[in-house]
Amino acid sequence: MIEVHELTKRYGTKTAVDGLTFNIKPGIVTGFLGPNGAGKSTTMRLILGLDSPTSGTATVNGRPYAEHTAPLHEVGALLEARAVHTGRSAYNHLLAMAATNGVPRSRVEEVVDLVGLREVARKRAGGFSLGMGQRLGIASALLADPRTLILDEPVNGLDPEGILWIRNLMHSLADAGRTVLVSSHLMSEMAVTAEHLIVIGRGRLIADLPVADFIALSSHGTVRVRTPHAAALHDLLAGPDVTIAGIERGLFDVTGLTAAEIGDRAAGAGLTLHELSPQQPSLEEAFMELTKDSVEYQAHGMKEDAR
Amino acid sequence: MSTLVGLKVTLPRVTRSEWIKFWSLRSTWITLAAAVAVFVGIGLLASSIGGSDAGGQPGPGAEATDPTSLSLAGTTFAQLILGTLGVLFIASEYSTGMIRSTLAAVPKRLPVLWAKILVFTGVILAVSLVASFAAFLGGQAILGADGVSLSDAGVLRAVAGTAVYLTGAGVLGLAIGALLRSTAAAIATVFGTLFILPGVSALLLPDSWSDTVTPYLPSNAGSAFTAVTQGADQLGPWAGLAVFAAYVAAAVAAAAWRLRHRDA
Repeated sequence: MIEVHELTKRYGTKTAVDGLTFNIKPGIVTGFLGPNGAGKSTTMRLILGLDSPTSGTATVNGRPYAEHTAPLHEVGALLEARAVHTGRSAYNHLLAMAATNGVPRSRVEEVVDLVGLREVARKRAGGFSLGMGQRLGIASALLADPRTLILDEPVNGLDPEGILWIRNLMHSLADAGRTVLVSSHLMSEMAVTAEHLIVIGRGRLIADLPVADFIALSSHGTVRVRTPHAAALHDLLAGPDVTIAGIERGLFDVTGLTAAEIGDRAAGAGLTLHELSPQQPSLEEAFMELTKDSVEYQAHGMKEDAR
Repeated sequence: MSTLVGLKVTLPRVTRSEWIKFWSLRSTWITLAAAVAVFVGIGLLASSIGGSDAGGQPGPGAEATDPTSLSLAGTTFAQLILGTLGVLFIASEYSTGMIRSTLAAVPKRLPVLWAKILVFTGVILAVSLVASFAAFLGGQAILGADGVSLSDAGVLRAVAGTAVYLTGAGVLGLAIGALLRSTAAAIATVFGTLFILPGVSALLLPDSWSDTVTPYLPSNAGSAFTAVTQGADQLGPWAGLAVFAAYVAAAVAAAAWRLRHRDA
């Protein structure tokens, strides 16, 4: 259980996290979404006590992280930027981390095998690929069998097999009653990984809801229609609350009418339809829709310039 | 899965972690070996060169030909190498991002600094004592009849004091590394403090100031207890040790404050 209450962090005049309040519940995988610079990593650093908040509180399993006697058993964290000395072998890194909390060597051996680093465990971490670095980070997160897992962009640099592995790992940990908070900018990954979403933009909470609701929230009820009688159907559907956007010859998106209404009208007029499909916005589109006002770094004027 | 019982952060455990960290870097071995080689090598070299025109009078102004000082002449360079090792022990954690892992495992933070100081002091003091006695005994063997013995007045104190001074220089580097969090800035500061400051102050300060200030500079306070005899413009051995220790303690206190109160 992670509880964040009115959490605010300012660096100089810049507010990175602005009055965030949310709870992360055990037993499910919670996704942490937001555009670059939204404050995801800062929030995670505040939860771990690496940075101290300007105001507000963050607690893990009922206490500030630093007040736990065995912190690594409370939270295992994979932080976005690499947090490993490049000159030390993966094995010695894990051994040193384990020693602080009294985790035995046998457990170090276990996590090395668990993440599939056995063959390179004695090599310097500085020579690791991004994927191997992520596996090492995940190994250190799992060292003390933590009750809560915080993973910042864990699939970064992993191959498809690695992505599947980490996804299954997160699900099995959640099923075992652990709290799992995972940030990602890959919305498609979130759609299959997370059950619940915390969405932030410019340090503020935008949404705190189940993934299914998140998609439904930004659905505009668009219906895609393909027909050889484009002009006739266009006249039939046109109305004050209806928008018809042509995509190509004989194909257009209709907003403001349901698929049933469109089908009935076409049938009534004897017009043939080759396609009639309600459009679910993807998680990407839902995300863009929700965060469009809070994107820190936006590419302006590209279309105008391209003309 | 292994059963994990008795998980808890304790100072002995953090010290063990720092011990593993210290020895699991190739740079530690190289730097330590370089420090010993330079320290003993220069001592022997100075003894063989200085011994040939010796017969020197130990005493004020004759430091360069004092047999004990000759054999310990490598101190000037060894202190910089060990200071650098101290800097690297913590500043490289900041430059690589390792510090985030370290502080996530020990979120109370201060035990990390204490553990680093314990490990570093223990190792460097042991190595410096061995190197210091080796350089002294080797140097005196070269000097032969011109040499002195450990039982002569002040000699044992100077030889052991040199090991203490070198260890202190290393801990000073560690503290400055923790304070500045940047390898380059910290190494420059250590070099400036131990190596350049004495020369600059003699050069730039008016004589009246210089005479008052110079004995209290870290490296000059150090040479007050690492040499057998002290010049009239120097502090006594124990006063020198106290002043030098005060510098190290102040740097450690500042490092502890910053570690505890500033974002990692």
